[in-house]
Amino acid sequence: MASTPSVKKHMQSSDKTTSDHSKSPIVRPSIPEGKSMRTADELAQATEKISVTDLSFYYSENRALTDISLSIPERCVTAFIGPSGCGKSTFLRCFNRMNDMIEGTRVEGEILLEGQNIYSPRTDIVSLRKRIGMVFQKSTPFPKSIFDNVSFGPKIAGIRRKKDLFEIVERSLQRSALWDEVKDRLSESALNLSGGQQQRLCIARALANDPDILLMDEPASALDPASTARIEDLIFELKEQYTIVIVTHNMQQAARVSDQAAFFYQGLLVESGATEELFTNPRKQQTEDYITGRFG
Amino acid sequence: MEDRSNQEQSTKIEGGEAAVIQLSRVSSLEKAGGLWCSLRPFYEGCIHFMLFVCASISILVTVGIVVVLLYESVQFFYDVPILEFLTGTRWSPLLKPQHFGILPLLCGTMLVAGGSAIVAVPIGLGTAIYLSEYASPRFRDIVKPMLEILAGIPSVVFGYLAIVFVSPIIREIFPSAGVFNAASACIVVGIMILPMIISLSEDILQSVPLSLRAAAFALGANKFEVTVRVIVPAALSGIMASFLLAISRAIGETMAVTLAAGATPKLTLNPLESIQTMTAYIVQVSQGDTPTGTLEYRTIFAVGLALFITTMVMNVIAQYILSRVGERYE
Ligand SMILES: Nc1ncnc2c1ncn2[C@@H]1O[C@H](COP(=O)(O)OP(=O)(O)OP(=O)(O)O)[C@@H](O)[C@H]1O
Ligand SMILES: [Mg+2]
Repeated sequence: MASTPSVKKHMQSSDKTTSDHSKSPIVRPSIPEGKSMRTADELAQATEKISVTDLSFYYSENRALTDISLSIPERCVTAFIGPSGCGKSTFLRCFNRMNDMIEGTRVEGEILLEGQNIYSPRTDIVSLRKRIGMVFQKSTPFPKSIFDNVSFGPKIAGIRRKKDLFEIVERSLQRSALWDEVKDRLSESALNLSGGQQQRLCIARALANDPDILLMDEPASALDPASTARIEDLIFELKEQYTIVIVTHNMQQAARVSDQAAFFYQGLLVESGATEELFTNPRKQQTEDYITGRFG
Repeated sequence: MEDRSNQEQSTKIEGGEAAVIQLSRVSSLEKAGGLWCSLRPFYEGCIHFMLFVCASISILVTVGIVVVLLYESVQFFYDVPILEFLTGTRWSPLLKPQHFGILPLLCGTMLVAGGSAIVAVPIGLGTAIYLSEYASPRFRDIVKPMLEILAGIPSVVFGYLAIVFVSPIIREIFPSAGVFNAASACIVVGIMILPMIISLSEDILQSVPLSLRAAAFALGANKFEVTVRVIVPAALSGIMASFLLAISRAIGETMAVTLAAGATPKLTLNPLESIQTMTAYIVQVSQGDTPTGTLEYRTIFAVGLALFITTMVMNVIAQYILSRVGERYE
């Protein structure tokens, strides 16, 4: 691969030893409403959460991803961008092994989560998926009450006491900025919520498992601008605690919410780096064409 | 006008073929000429009318049957008070003294329906879940035609099997059981309605969107938890509807229960005894030498009406539930 991401180089050199003093976010004046974006330095010094090395992915005989290497820093937002069909969702699903559900798929290379290969035979997929929450493009509330939706994960994890469950539900809904809207109707069906509320419910449901990573596949693409803005605000807040990977088709959104961005094209990782740099000064012509909308 | 639309059509087809098609169409139009044009509305009208008649037959037949049932039943209720019919606990219209309480027949019918549900519901639901969630496509390809064969076995065969095969086994285990007993009827009717429960429930389980499964898996649920906590609850109302339809079928089932359960109207819930269902009674009277037009003969219309109302109500409820299920995942 010609374009080994610059972030990765930084990361490998800084790995863990220098990460202690990078936690406090710097509020930068250019970003409105006191939201914070990681600076390139911070990004470079962040702990590496996930490290992908030479990952190739096959649907039966079709290769969907080719030799991808990427490093995902802790407590940062990483955005995957690229044209439709380039493999963003496929790549995202590799992180929590959701592709295992699809028959005939095959993975080469490795993904290390805090140093452990998630594709090793000893990995417990269930606990992996509890650590890595996922939010889908189309909100997928279960046809159950709001409470039962959010408490689904904790319940199957074996938490039975109503009081504990209630605490988790309240905390998760508060974190996903939905609590105030639904606190009086937790026993109502989740299907009665609006699309934006349903999506935040799904985020709450993922957070209830207390994950450290949140994968989001176009979480706002089916929502109106107001709901989208709420989700984006939410991402800003969540990244203080969670490592977030988001797939988006919306360049403004990627530029707004992410700290690191990766551009994919036809199963290849073309370029990745600090969002500001990638958007203002892309190194590859393809990236520039895509970002500026001259793609074709 | 005809000509223009033809041309428009053919311009959509590309290449030399189009020109040929267009040419042949035009020439056939010219040949048919004015006569065809004047006959055409008549011809179309004839077809319309004939199809309408076909469609009307089903309406007329349904209405006709209901009217006959109602007419004969009303005559019956001139002689027998409706309250006695609905609340009487003895049914012996063919013997003196006559009693016209339908409860024993209703009880027999419900005993067979309930018993067959007890047999068919757990097995049916289990099979449906297995086929939908666990089975390999190959296994499913084997089971599905088998179910179709099972559904195609004539009910008289089931009745016969109940007498020569199921009943002796039951008498072996429970010596007090008669040759004709409700239990053997329950078992064979349960087997008869099994394919219906399985195929309807499986369809409904399959219609639960993949995204729900994915969401549950992504939360760290294992297959069993996904099935039991998400898929089945999501499909529950539809599964219930399939049970209702199957039970309604069991209520209407005639041949197997007539053969297996005997002809003893009895207000009992003991499955080892011989009972009589509404359907079996109708068979008994229709086949016997009861003169038409008598009160005894009219009983079958009253019983038929009661049967019709019972199954119709269950079907309507089931259809209503099923239609709501469809809406939810649109
Ligand atoms: N379940 C599947 N089976 C076979 N091929 C698949 C499957 N899912 C995706 N693919 C193929 O893999 C490639 C990458 O698909 P993927 O869904 O990852 O793209 P994407 O970048 O997420 O696109 P989009 O932006 O439209 O969501 C595509 O060529 C697609 O056809
Ligand atoms: Mg996608």
